[in-house]
Amino acid sequence: MIIVENLYFTYPNGVKALLGVNLKIEDGEFVAIMGQNGAGKTTLVKHMNGLLKPTRGRVLVDGVDTRRVSVAWLARKVGLVFQNPDHQLFSETVEEEISFALKNFGYDRKTIKRRVEWALKMLDLERYRKVSPFMLSGGERKRVALASVLAWDPKIIILDEPTIGQDYMQKEKLRQFILQLNQQGKTIIVVTHDVEFIAECNPRIILMKQGRIMVSGKAEEILTNEDLVKEASITLPEIAKLFKCLEGYGFPLNVIDAYKAAEIIYERLRSRNERI
Amino acid sequence: MAIIEARELTYTYPIGERPAFRDVNLKIEKGEFVIITGPSGCGKTTLCRCFNGLIPHFYGGDLEGEIYVCGLDVKEHPTYEIAQHVGMVLQNPENQLFALSVEKDVAFGLENLGVPREEIRKRIDWALKITGTYSLKNRPPYELSGGQQQRVAIASVLAMNPEVVVLDEPTSFLDPLGAERIIEVIGRLNREMNMTIILVEHRLDLVSRYANRIILMHDGRIVMNGDPREVLASEEARLIGIGIPKATMIYKLLKRRGIILDKPPLCSEEACQAIREVLNR
Amino acid sequence: MSVFDGFKFRSTSSPIHKLDPRAKFIYVCALFAVAIIFNNIIPLLVLFLIQIPIVFRAKVQKEWMRSMKGSVVFAIMIFVVNLLSLHFYAGHEPLIYILERSSAMTIRFIVLVQSFSIFFLTTSPDILSLALEQSGVPYELCFAFTTAIRFVPVLAEEAQTIMDAQKARGLEIESGNFFRRIRNYIPILIPLIVNAIRRSLELAETMESRAWGACEKRTNLYMLKIKRNDLLLIIFSLVLLTVSIYVSIHVYIPSLASLLYTATV
Repeated sequence: MIIVENLYFTYPNGVKALLGVNLKIEDGEFVAIMGQNGAGKTTLVKHMNGLLKPTRGRVLVDGVDTRRVSVAWLARKVGLVFQNPDHQLFSETVEEEISFALKNFGYDRKTIKRRVEWALKMLDLERYRKVSPFMLSGGERKRVALASVLAWDPKIIILDEPTIGQDYMQKEKLRQFILQLNQQGKTIIVVTHDVEFIAECNPRIILMKQGRIMVSGKAEEILTNEDLVKEASITLPEIAKLFKCLEGYGFPLNVIDAYKAAEIIYERLRSRNERI
Repeated sequence: MAIIEARELTYTYPIGERPAFRDVNLKIEKGEFVIITGPSGCGKTTLCRCFNGLIPHFYGGDLEGEIYVCGLDVKEHPTYEIAQHVGMVLQNPENQLFALSVEKDVAFGLENLGVPREEIRKRIDWALKITGTYSLKNRPPYELSGGQQQRVAIASVLAMNPEVVVLDEPTSFLDPLGAERIIEVIGRLNREMNMTIILVEHRLDLVSRYANRIILMHDGRIVMNGDPREVLASEEARLIGIGIPKATMIYKLLKRRGIILDKPPLCSEEACQAIREVLNR
Repeated sequence: MSVFDGFKFRSTSSPIHKLDPRAKFIYVCALFAVAIIFNNIIPLLVLFLIQIPIVFRAKVQKEWMRSMKGSVVFAIMIFVVNLLSLHFYAGHEPLIYILERSSAMTIRFIVLVQSFSIFFLTTSPDILSLALEQSGVPYELCFAFTTAIRFVPVLAEEAQTIMDAQKARGLEIESGNFFRRIRNYIPILIPLIVNAIRRSLELAETMESRAWGACEKRTNLYMLKIKRNDLLLIIFSLVLLTVSIYVSIHVYIPSLASLLYTATV
C-alpha cells in the first residue's frame, strides 16, 4: 500500500512541483494519474520508489518511510517503467538486459535464468533473446523495457506514459496485459494523458493540476465531467463527447466505452421502434 | 501532373533484407489533405521520407520505380532542392530545433537558401503568426513546451514557402491539447492556403475529419486508398488493426445490429448528427 | 549554483553586453598580456580594480562573485605553491617580500579568471558564434558550436533521467570499490551515447530538410558591426598594452612592502 501524506516537493532549481499531495493507493488497485504536462504526475510517482525524497511531508510504501531506505530497496517492491526505453537499454542482448535488475538485486543464477525465461515468454520476446536491444523496433524496445521491470516481479508497477509512440494494436495488447497483471493482484499505476486508452481501461482516476490533486474517482464520473476535464487541461473521450452532444435525448452521461455506448444506442432505437 | 506521383515505387534500406515498401502507386493532387496510416512497420514513415528526397539521398539504399514531386524527379535532384518545395516535420520536436532562439531557428532554412535579410525577417514574422508562436520569438527552445516546439518546427518549414508539407506523426510526443492545436494549425494551412498536406498519423480520432483521402498501408504495401469514410469503415481496416475513430466504431457496431446510419462518421459531432437523424425519424 | 555559473551567459541588457565580442576578445588578450608582463603586486591590483566597475556596468555582479568563489581553491593553491617555492629558492629574502610575491601571483590568476568570466557572462553563444563566423571560421564549425551549447541542458537532463531509470532497476552507483564504481557508469554512459547518436541523426535529417548546403554563400539574419564603443575598447586595450610595456621597461615599480615601510618610517 502506498500512502502519500501532505507531500511537498521543490526541485533544486526552485520549481515547486508538488504542493501538498495526499493520496492512498491500496494493494491490487488500478489507478491512472492524469493531467497536463507539468502538473506533477511524474514527480509524484518518482517519490514512490524513492528517486525523489519529499521536501516536506512523507511517503510510506508498505508502512516504510521512503526517506529511511534506499532506492534499490524500494525498487524491489515498486517497479517504475520509464517513458522512453532508450533511457535504460544498454546491454548486448535482450537476455542480459532483462537480467540486469535481477543481478543488482542479488538473485542467484538459477533464479535469474528462470525469471528471464518467464519475462521473455510473458512479453513474447523469446525469439529476440540473443538479439541486441538496439536492433529492435520502437515497440519491441518498449516491451524489453517492460520485461526488464517485470522480471523481478514487483508488487507495484508504475508505467510512465506507456502509450507514446504506440500504434493501435500495440496499445490493445498493452491494455490487455495491464489488466491481466492487475487481475493477478499487482497494483498498477499508469501516468498518462492518453484519455482514450484510459477510457478503455476504466481505472480509478487521479486528476492533477499544478502540483495538486484536483479530484479522485471513477473514470466514468471524472472523464465525462466537462468542467473537471477542462480544468485539468485534458480532453473528453470521444464517446463522452458523443453523449454530451446527444444531450436532451435522455442518454446517460457517464459512458466512456464504445461497446457500451453502441449497446445503449441500439437498445434505445429498438425500444422506440417497438413502441412505434 | 499531380503534385506527387509515384509509380511502382519500391525501396530497400541499405541494411534491409526485404523492401520497406513495394509497388507503391500513388497520385496526390495539389490542395489535398492526405492521411497515411497503418500499423508500426508498415512502411509509412519510410514512404514519406521519399517525398522530400531524404530517400534516396540521405539514407542511401535501393529505390526502384519512379517518383516525381512538384515536377522534379526525386532521384535526380538533391535534397536541398526538393526541400524548397516539400517541407518535413518530424515526430520529436526537441530534435528539430537547434538554434538558441526561435527566431534563428525559423531563419535557418532561409539562410541556407541565401534569401536576403529583409525577406527573411518578413517571412519569420509571417510564419510565427500563422502558427501562433509570434510571442515566443526570442525564447530559447529549451524553455518551450513540446506543443510550442512543434509549432515552431512547423513555422520553420513554412517560412521556406513549400507547396507540400509532410508531417510524420507530429503529435506523438504531445499532450491532447498540444495535439489539438497542431492539427488545427495544419487544417488551417490546408483550408486557407491550399497547402497540400500529407500527414502520417495513428491518432485517427483527432485527424480523420480534416482529410479528403486516407491511404492505408500494411506490410509495405498500400492496401486501401480513397475516401476516409470508406477506408475507416472497411473490413480491411478492422483486420489490419488500426485505431479507427470511436465514432466510426459506433457506426460499425450499430450496422452489425441492423441499424444503418447515413454515412460512416469520422468524429463525435458527425456521429451525434447521424444518430439524431435516426432518432428523429 | 556552481562555479560554472560564473562563466555561463547571463542575458541582461547592458552596454558591455552590446559590445562586439571581437572587441571584447582583444581586450581580454591585452589584459592577459599585461597581467603576464608585471610581477609586482601594485599594477596587478590596479588591473583587478579596473575591472570591478566593468562588472557592475554589465550587471553581472552575482554571477561574477560565483566565479570568484569558485577560483578561491585554485587561488589558495597558487599562493601556497609560490610561498613554498620562494621560501626554498629565495629563503634569504624577508618574509614580507615572499608573502607579497605570492599574493601578486595569486592576484594575477584572479585577474585572468575575472576577465574571462566577464567575457563569457556578457557574450551570448549566438553572438559569439556569429563573431567566429565573421572572423573567418567555417560555418560548419560555428554551427556545431551553437548546436552543442543548445543541447547541453537537454543532455544534462537526459543523463539525470538515465541515472534515475537505472537506479530504479536496483543500480547503486555509489557502492563498491573503485573498479566497481567505474563499471556502474556503463549503464549510464551507453544509453547517453546511443541517444546522442540517434539525436544527431534526427538533427541531420532536419537540416537536410531545411535545404542545408543549398548555397555556397549563406545569408545571415544578423550581422555584427564594429561600433564606436567597440573601437574605443580596442583602442583602450592597445593603449593599455603599450603603456604597460613602456612602464615595465622604463619605470621602477616599488614593492608594496617597501612603500609601506617608507610610509611608516
